[in-house]
Amino acid sequence: MDAFTKHTGKVVPYDMPNVDTDQIIPARFLKKIDRVGFGELLFYELRYEEDGSPKPGFILNQPQYAGGTVLVSGPQFGIGSSREHAPWAIQQYGFRVVIAPSFGDIFRNNCYQNGLLPVMLDAAEVDTIIARAQEIQGYELSVDLEAQQVTDGHGLAASFDIDPFRKENLVQGLDDIGLTLQNEAAIDAFEGANS
Amino acid sequence: MAPKTMFEKIWDTHVVREEEGKPSLLYVDLHLVHEVTSPQAFDGLRLNNRRIRRLDKTVAVADHNVPTNDRDKPLTDEISKAQLEAMQRNADEFGLEYHDMFSEKQGIVHVIGPEQGRTQPGMIIVCGDSHTATHGAVGAMAFGIGTSEVEHVLATQCIWQAKPKTMEIRVDGTLGFGVTPKDVILAIIGKIGTSGGIGHAIEYTGSVFREMSMEGRMTVCNMSIEAGARTGMVAPDEKTFAYLKGREYAPGGADWDAAVERWAALRTDPDATFDTVVTLDAADIQPQVTWGTNPAQVLPVSGRVPKPDEFESSQEQGAVEKALAYMGLNGGERIQDIAVDTVFIGSCTNSRIEDLRAAAEVAKGKQKAGSVRALVVPGSWAVKQQAEAEGLDQVFTDAGFEWRDAGCSMCLAMNPDRLAPGERSASTSNRNFEGRQGPGGRTHLVSPPMAAAAAIAGHFVDVRELN
Ligand code: SF4
Repeated sequence: MDAFTKHTGKVVPYDMPNVDTDQIIPARFLKKIDRVGFGELLFYELRYEEDGSPKPGFILNQPQYAGGTVLVSGPQFGIGSSREHAPWAIQQYGFRVVIAPSFGDIFRNNCYQNGLLPVMLDAAEVDTIIARAQEIQGYELSVDLEAQQVTDGHGLAASFDIDPFRKENLVQGLDDIGLTLQNEAAIDAFEGANS
Repeated sequence: MAPKTMFEKIWDTHVVREEEGKPSLLYVDLHLVHEVTSPQAFDGLRLNNRRIRRLDKTVAVADHNVPTNDRDKPLTDEISKAQLEAMQRNADEFGLEYHDMFSEKQGIVHVIGPEQGRTQPGMIIVCGDSHTATHGAVGAMAFGIGTSEVEHVLATQCIWQAKPKTMEIRVDGTLGFGVTPKDVILAIIGKIGTSGGIGHAIEYTGSVFREMSMEGRMTVCNMSIEAGARTGMVAPDEKTFAYLKGREYAPGGADWDAAVERWAALRTDPDATFDTVVTLDAADIQPQVTWGTNPAQVLPVSGRVPKPDEFESSQEQGAVEKALAYMGLNGGERIQDIAVDTVFIGSCTNSRIEDLRAAAEVAKGKQKAGSVRALVVPGSWAVKQQAEAEGLDQVFTDAGFEWRDAGCSMCLAMNPDRLAPGERSASTSNRNFEGRQGPGGRTHLVSPPMAAAAAIAGHFVDVRELN
């Protein structure tokens, strides 16, 4: 997993509540058996016409948001299924950070597993970011995981909470399994006591 | 000892490692695997030269993209085929018990767990699927995980979890005629919203759940995720024990009595408290129909589709407008005037024998409306066999419904069973998200009797008004 410390990048404001995992990546694309190639499928139904050409109205198809790396959206982003293909698609499209007032629980966990940073900010702060991203051409955010802060060079400085354990793993790019296997003696002991 | 909730008792007995302010490492008693969320996990194991730690606590089944008819013919969908073949290869290579679509133990992963007695009270159960909470109906802590976590559990039999808060959802009173467990959980979601349960472990309490059958409890726990919670459970009681007794993987002989004693002690202590308490009155719950594109957009069947201006914030109004446009509905329209094209009776929410019996009772001796396509997809081979022994298949086919083989089917449209763009369904499944049952498809979630009634009438009807 890639380590995450700081990131600065262009904001894509997707102003929508309840963006569920079926929208992020429709189920029919879950049939692949590898972990790559999901970026082109992100928001498939919303993003492409039936003939596969881009829908001009959809945010990812608007030229001013091309190359965005910080996705900002409404409350309950990522509700729905446990498909890890959702964070894979978001990440493989090029995003490093997703900001929303709240997230689906499993989705948020899945982001951590892949070094994609989910950031929860107050609804008012998210609204400010969305409004600025819509107004200011090339609007960027800086996300500092160590300082737990989001800044924009236009006066916004919003801090966010994160579980210290998740933070440590992200900052170090640690693989969860390796970490757990350091506790193998404890697992053996648990199995011994409960068999 | 301080009083504890059932959730806390289960949690505390599974901690392998715990440190203040960090997630705990919990031991997993049962890991259910299916073909869709596992291939990348097996790849990870291979890459790192890792094995499955406890083959005896892991079982795999094909359910999400198996065809539900013509299984003797070659698979037409190349990618489904690749995924099923990958599952087989992985099972062979890692020595994993696997039930392919020809196994008598095949079925939707959340149907076969309880049915085979693998799912037991007090367990921690995980699966790479968000509806894993279904297993909480027997008094287990069961939750969905992602693919990286599947790999983690395969390798370590453990999972890192931050402790959720506890939530009691109490429904007292008696359910009215025609009101099913599906209506209860839809009404709960309608009340607390799709985020109401985020960060919580739910325990369903009160006379309604005590009186409810095991299968009904499974329907309720199943949709905990639609209320935002990863896990939902019901305290084990005599019904639970009677349900599990004699099932293949349930404890037998002398072990049985010891198990029941252990299980009975899991109940929430009388003085224990929950972080959040929600109450509903059973008498207020009517048969439910969702009108929008998330499960909280739900109304009693007697209602009318809302208008955007009935909502306060502009964000809500926008969301309602968007949902109505997608669903092809007008605000103010009567729910019962909405015509359906397809009826789907199945999914891990409502495909157990009791669900099929309830739907068959409505369909018996009647004919589906001319243009309606109606599919009945049993949750497992065992359910299918039981239904056929009871003659339910005949009731359905006589009424013009299709009788299929077990799988997820039109719940998520990964196999050929799907809606065409603009097509409208009455579905007993659990998600009405945009495109869930096929791109452009429009889903209304209902109970099995309500779905059967819609198939007969060609539009939604109040089951309570059928003769
Ligand atoms: S029936 Fe639907 S919800 Fe249940 S496991 Fe299958 S796809 Fe998931």
